[in-house]
Amino acid sequence: MSRVGVFLCWCGENIARTVDVERAAEEISRFPGVRVATTYKYMCSDPGQTKLRSTIETERLDGVVVAACSPHMHLRTFRNAAAMAGLNSYLLEMANIREHCSWVHHDRPVATGKAVDIVRMAVNKVMANRVLEPIRVPVTRRALVVGGGVTGIQAALDIADAGYEVALVEREPSIGGKMAGLSETFPTLDCSQCILTPRMVEVGQHPKITLYSYSEVAKVEGFVGNFTVTIRKKARYVDTSVCTGCGDCWGRCPVKKIPSEFDYGTGTRRAIYLPFPQAVPARPVVDAEHCTYLIDKAAGRAKPRCGACQKKCEANAVNFDDVDEQVVEQVGAVVMATGYELYSIGQQQPNPAISGYPEYGHGRFPDVIDGLQYERLVSASGPTGGELRRPSDGQIPKTVVFISCVGSRDDAKGISYCSKICCMYTAKHAMLYRHKVPDGTVHVFYMDIRAGGKSYDEFVRRAIEQDGAHYHRGRVARITAERGALVVHGNDTLLGKPMRIEADLVVLATAIRPATGVTRLAQQMNVGTDENGFLSESHPKLRPVETPAAGVFIAGACRGPADIPESVAQASAAAGKVAVLFARDELTREPEIAHINESTCAGCWTCVRACPYTAIERTNVTDQRGNVVKPTARVNAGLCMGCGTCVALCPSKSVDLDGFSEEQMYAQLEGIAL
Amino acid sequence: MKFGYYPGCALHGSSNDYEQSVRACLRLLGVELDELRDWVCCGASAAHSINRTLSIALPARNLAIAERDGLSELLAPCPMCSMELCNSRQQVRYDESLRAKISDIVELPVQGSVEVLNLIQVFQRIGIDEIADRATRALREYHPACYYGCLLTRPRSVVEFDDPEHPTSMAEILTALGADPVAWNCATECCGAGMTMAASDTVVDLADRILSDARAHDANCVVVACPMCHVNLDLKQAEIERARKVRHELPVYYLSDLVGLALGLDERALGIDRHLAPGTLALAGSARVSEE
Repeated sequence: MSRVGVFLCWCGENIARTVDVERAAEEISRFPGVRVATTYKYMCSDPGQTKLRSTIETERLDGVVVAACSPHMHLRTFRNAAAMAGLNSYLLEMANIREHCSWVHHDRPVATGKAVDIVRMAVNKVMANRVLEPIRVPVTRRALVVGGGVTGIQAALDIADAGYEVALVEREPSIGGKMAGLSETFPTLDCSQCILTPRMVEVGQHPKITLYSYSEVAKVEGFVGNFTVTIRKKARYVDTSVCTGCGDCWGRCPVKKIPSEFDYGTGTRRAIYLPFPQAVPARPVVDAEHCTYLIDKAAGRAKPRCGACQKKCEANAVNFDDVDEQVVEQVGAVVMATGYELYSIGQQQPNPAISGYPEYGHGRFPDVIDGLQYERLVSASGPTGGELRRPSDGQIPKTVVFISCVGSRDDAKGISYCSKICCMYTAKHAMLYRHKVPDGTVHVFYMDIRAGGKSYDEFVRRAIEQDGAHYHRGRVARITAERGALVVHGNDTLLGKPMRIEADLVVLATAIRPATGVTRLAQQMNVGTDENGFLSESHPKLRPVETPAAGVFIAGACRGPADIPESVAQASAAAGKVAVLFARDELTREPEIAHINESTCAGCWTCVRACPYTAIERTNVTDQRGNVVKPTARVNAGLCMGCGTCVALCPSKSVDLDGFSEEQMYAQLEGIAL
Repeated sequence: MKFGYYPGCALHGSSNDYEQSVRACLRLLGVELDELRDWVCCGASAAHSINRTLSIALPARNLAIAERDGLSELLAPCPMCSMELCNSRQQVRYDESLRAKISDIVELPVQGSVEVLNLIQVFQRIGIDEIADRATRALREYHPACYYGCLLTRPRSVVEFDDPEHPTSMAEILTALGADPVAWNCATECCGAGMTMAASDTVVDLADRILSDARAHDANCVVVACPMCHVNLDLKQAEIERARKVRHELPVYYLSDLVGLALGLDERALGIDRHLAPGTLALAGSARVSEE
């Protein structure tokens, strides 16, 4: 006969208001196998847990049911308490009488009856539970950071400074990300490069950091503590081990006028180029799409033309025979810091659920630009040397219109969220414009001003009150070109009148979207995305940088729009979580995983194909001398997440899930059926 | 190819030149139009401003007739009609209780199963390549400003057609026929529509803006697919010119006029001779002469 203890929680009034817990406890105490049934106002509190522990000891309980909230909330709490009292954690079950009962019912007697049913099911199950031990796995104390923007840089440096090795992967030729291209930053107007480039140099020189620039993560396999990462190093055509970064090569390259990615097309570069002077690594790459030599070589010409850079290079670093290379890294944790890109305003969108803003003419009118392009036009390192000159004719614009919320908060365009940083950078843009062109006029169209943050609202007020930006609350319907001038047709809803402003330059604060290609990578690691493609955290409040995939952390704009301080804070948080993981010798995992009965497995491999975690492998049963007896499927305990898909699909019923065995499930169902 | 046909009041009245053009053009393309028997008013802007049920019931009666007569696709060349029909269809299709109520009111079962098409969609169904293959002359002399007005593309969720702010469907057809549509600013601006009676001055202002912008962007004609747009830009053009002391002299064609001309029909067959703006026949005629 079992000795099960049942503890009913009042959850303050959350449960007790609708469920008569005392009456329920009385009824439950008469269940066969139940030794004691009692109640407490807050089971999760310290006295509640003490009561649980002491009852386990005094009553010598061999099974416990805590009837309270969702197991997502407190299963771990109560299992830890049980373990402290010497009871195997897996002999404790929770019965959810809050979310599944008290919160969704009004009628007290009905709810009380249902609570009793829910507890009966849990009692039946716990009597069929057996002792399980956590699975222990070793940890590789080396981290992968994906993305070399300010978030990835911060995370890599923090992990490396904690004494662990880091592999930092960046797909562009240099680290620095979006921040390296910004002019000045709100709310202090620090020069973006001045605060970022020293950190970039630190990354380049840190003995614990291996930098893979111009590289992409091709594949991630494995599980927490034991990931195998395949990195594809794209052909750079420059041997970085001998290149000195002297610059002779790009000075000689005759292929000019290629739109520069770093300048978002506002400036140009050569076919062999350093994206910007402060790049880390300060080593050029050859753009195979535009390089005359490589185009000829790919076309099969016996003597490719040009090769000027190779001839000029004294270090003999230019290697036109370079090819993509695959590198495999073993790591124990991953930090995703893949950042964002701007919503493309043109008509064609990568995602059919999102439509463009063709009425703003971006792409048709050269003087309609986005925020990142504007940053380059006012940046001292930009194509105009920091003098604001508009793209069409190089004139200094005398009237500039900024439009916020282009795409953001617009269900009709398919993006319902707020991009968060645009109000602030638009205020900054307006301010920078007035500093550069004191006799110029600046107009800002906005929906609301969202300036929540330390010194943020003061900053916006400064743009309006001191720098004289004209703020109009309203949307812009259309931008037209009339007699060569841009005309912004908008609306000022506070004045209640339509606005028609002739502008020399229009800057669109376009929505923030997750970087392309991230979903594929996230899927490989079983990290989910929200409906907008941003990576999902484990818990929006309490586990903001963790993901449901153990050992994978997210930080910065890949998890949602974020400004620099927020991204850096999240990067350090993720780095802290990595350090916590690496502080242990070995990791424990939940033992609730699938097991295959190898003697009855028919080797049909249905489970192998169905497993979403590729945790099941094809192998053989062998006898003592190593002879193959029969084929069988086998579960990799490190990878199995215990989802149960294989259990449901196995035609020969050879799979069972520890902690959720068929026996336990049927016992539980009998609790309500009988 | 056969479509149900809902002319609405305009095509049987003030804009019967549009009906003539649509019928002549589609006949040549081998399209049979089956006009709904005993159709009723779509309700236009009057019904939906005063009574929601009425604004759904009136078009629903027409949808029910089409369903009863086994028509699966219904052409409504007037965008006001097609929008009201689309809206009614959408409302009854997804709301079971409303469907029962409306069926009761219109004394015919209505499912909302008939697909409602505007004129451009019918050309798309026939196929732009197919039309271009059948064309006997290129529309080289034409630099049209394609004017969509308010309702062809809006509300987006109701009509589900083209980009509401930057439509391109008319230009695609005309480009395939050799014309050279201009880029301009007023393709989806309001012409004043039915306010032409109640607020004539406002309509003069709005229509003048459209015609001026077309001229400023070197268009030599405007192309419409709406009877109301045609009234405000063509019939009213002389009044606009008098009031604003300008000379637009801008021919305004229905889309089917230009497609018909490309297919070899003459101005008379399409009813172009009944348009009023100066230069209408001259452009159509000169284009044909230069072709010959």
